[in-house]
Amino acid sequence: MINYSVDNFANLVDNSNNSTVIEVAFYILSIFITCLIFISLFVMVVVYIERKVAAAFQCRVGPNRVGWKGILQSVADLLKLLTKEKITPLYSDKFLHFISPMLCISASFMTLLIVPFSPHIQIINIDMGILYWSAISSLGILGILLAGWSSYNKWSLISAVRAASQLISYELSIILSILTMIIFTNTLNIQKIVLSQLNGCWIWRGHVVTLIAFIIFFIASIAELNKIPFDLPEGESELGAGFHTEYSGMQFAFFFLAEYVNLFITSTIIVILFLGGWLPWHISGFSIFNELMDSIPPIMWLLLKVSMIIFIIMWIRWTLPRLRIDHLILLEWKFLLPTSLANMVLASFLVLNNLYFYV
Amino acid sequence: MTIQLKTLNEILHNLDEKKHWGTKEYFINMGPQHPSSHGVLRFVLKLEGEIIKEIIPILGYIHRGIEKIGESVSYRNFVHLTDRCDYFSSIINNWAVSRTIEQALNMETNDRIETIRTIFAEIQRIQSHTMWWGVFGMDLGAFTPFFYGFRDREFLTSIVEETCGSRLTMNYIQPGGVLYDIKSNFIKRIKQYIKYLRPRIEEYERLISDNVIVQKRTENIGILTKEKALSFGSTGPVLRASGVPLDLRKNDSYGVYDKVKFSVVIGTKGDSWDRYWIRIEEMRQSLNIIEQLVDNIPAGKHMVTKYTTKIKLPVGYYQSSIETARGILGIFVASNGMENPYRIHMRSPNYNNLWSITDMAVGLKISDLVTIVSTLDLIIPDVDR
Repeated sequence: MINYSVDNFANLVDNSNNSTVIEVAFYILSIFITCLIFISLFVMVVVYIERKVAAAFQCRVGPNRVGWKGILQSVADLLKLLTKEKITPLYSDKFLHFISPMLCISASFMTLLIVPFSPHIQIINIDMGILYWSAISSLGILGILLAGWSSYNKWSLISAVRAASQLISYELSIILSILTMIIFTNTLNIQKIVLSQLNGCWIWRGHVVTLIAFIIFFIASIAELNKIPFDLPEGESELGAGFHTEYSGMQFAFFFLAEYVNLFITSTIIVILFLGGWLPWHISGFSIFNELMDSIPPIMWLLLKVSMIIFIIMWIRWTLPRLRIDHLILLEWKFLLPTSLANMVLASFLVLNNLYFYV
Repeated sequence: MTIQLKTLNEILHNLDEKKHWGTKEYFINMGPQHPSSHGVLRFVLKLEGEIIKEIIPILGYIHRGIEKIGESVSYRNFVHLTDRCDYFSSIINNWAVSRTIEQALNMETNDRIETIRTIFAEIQRIQSHTMWWGVFGMDLGAFTPFFYGFRDREFLTSIVEETCGSRLTMNYIQPGGVLYDIKSNFIKRIKQYIKYLRPRIEEYERLISDNVIVQKRTENIGILTKEKALSFGSTGPVLRASGVPLDLRKNDSYGVYDKVKFSVVIGTKGDSWDRYWIRIEEMRQSLNIIEQLVDNIPAGKHMVTKYTTKIKLPVGYYQSSIETARGILGIFVASNGMENPYRIHMRSPNYNNLWSITDMAVGLKISDLVTIVSTLDLIIPDVDR
């Protein structure tokens, strides 16, 4: 077994006692630019892949004109969004209308800070990382709510109210699933959660309990991401485009970026909690296979697992129709919430008696 | 049983009298540019939260005056205009006009013409229903069925294109026959299509019918009782879903429908699920009809009169109806003995089916309204004409 020493970028500043204000500012700026580059690249790639995947599901070709196999389509789309005119509705609340896309995108940016790409590549490793994620990702809801409210459009307002009720409800299930996993891992630190799975991913180790937690977390996170079948806030056939109807150009792009960054981060959290994060997958007894797996760098492992989760989300997205708002709320309050509460009790029972595998 | 319809003016007038608008209820415009208004239909909704309190359809955004134009063109030319009404059953529309004229003139057609007409009408029905299935999926929020529906329609469109030369407004049936004889490989390709579509319908069922979200969203949503359906004048799948077995193909048996075996599918409750299910079953029935007819198309001419002969109806009133993919299309012609009709009126199925939402959607949510509008299968150019 390889010993992983965990490190992060923030330590570089902490360890040098004589760091000046300029150095700290430079450090923050560099992190910001790295995030920006990563996000833009990632979103462009994922949008291209999503369009190709959707095309495959729908018996068509997908983008194939701009560049080789349409690979530059996302760049063209981005350029189009950058050059579009910014339009503010006449009677809208100008200030709120302006800041709400920023709120969405900054919430997504801030959650990116704690993503551990590998034992050494992480911007900041805080002890309550998973709690930080759930707190900051809720800020995005505020952006959506304000966007719908300030647009001076009744359809946007309906969308905003839908978004608020949906996202707040499903937040509960997410938190309860996280709590269930914290009972197993005994830590809130994301790197330690990853390292606790050296003997095996949590999804297999907790009898059915962790599997149920995984499924609930997965369903709830699709709802948090506003993806079909839970895309009620932007339900195209009902509300036009929902809360971002009145946005154009870069402001719309901010919502779009935030959506895809959230997709990445939520998938990462699923991978970290249940599928072992950046740790390679092993099969006990097959030493050659295991060494082969170890030779793949951890960052590749993380991206591989994340893309697997993202593919499943896309698969669901292009297959299922949309739920109705009352079914959605009933599903959460009458089914997912009681199940996850019972699941948590079961989990504590398992942990207290050390009944899970590879203790 | 009578139906009370209110106009927007009346509702607003009542509100002014009371001088009290309340804080909970609000009006919202749905359409004419709404994604699920299937064209340019406009509803004014009175909502409380998401619950619909009142719904007023406002028509006329695609009114082209086709009936009025009909007064200044010859009977043959008017057939071409009917393509633009209900564009997903253009051949059936042509047939309705041709049938009225043929009945007025006592014109006899041969078996070949009637068989070809029947086959093409059923092709149109399948084409319309596959297309509807796709749009229904999209209205519920699933994008993939839309492409599946179009894919299967495409196959059929290319078969029809070989014979008629066009894909949407087909202009095929004329008084006294059909414009062109069928192409040599038409029979072969249509057999291929029957073989192709049967498993596809099973696929539709797996993708949409078996989906629990769809079932939850359509069952007991938008119930149209038998009495209400009849008093609204609904026809076609909407009426049959309410349990009335009225199908002119059986009841009137025009064309060669009396020579083929098929059953009229009826629903029990009249909810959205019944309307959905009936269209899926009708696709199967239409495939059966085509399968029975395609092997023995009788020999003969495809046109009993010359295309250039002018048509003059004797003075009088003529009416005839036909079952399109959406219900009964009635054509009424008043003739004063000239080359042009004196007045033409079309009793379009969509117009009557549309008004039933004023009863069905009240008390439900916006999402349910979208489902109901979708299951009514409205073609707005046919509502406005």
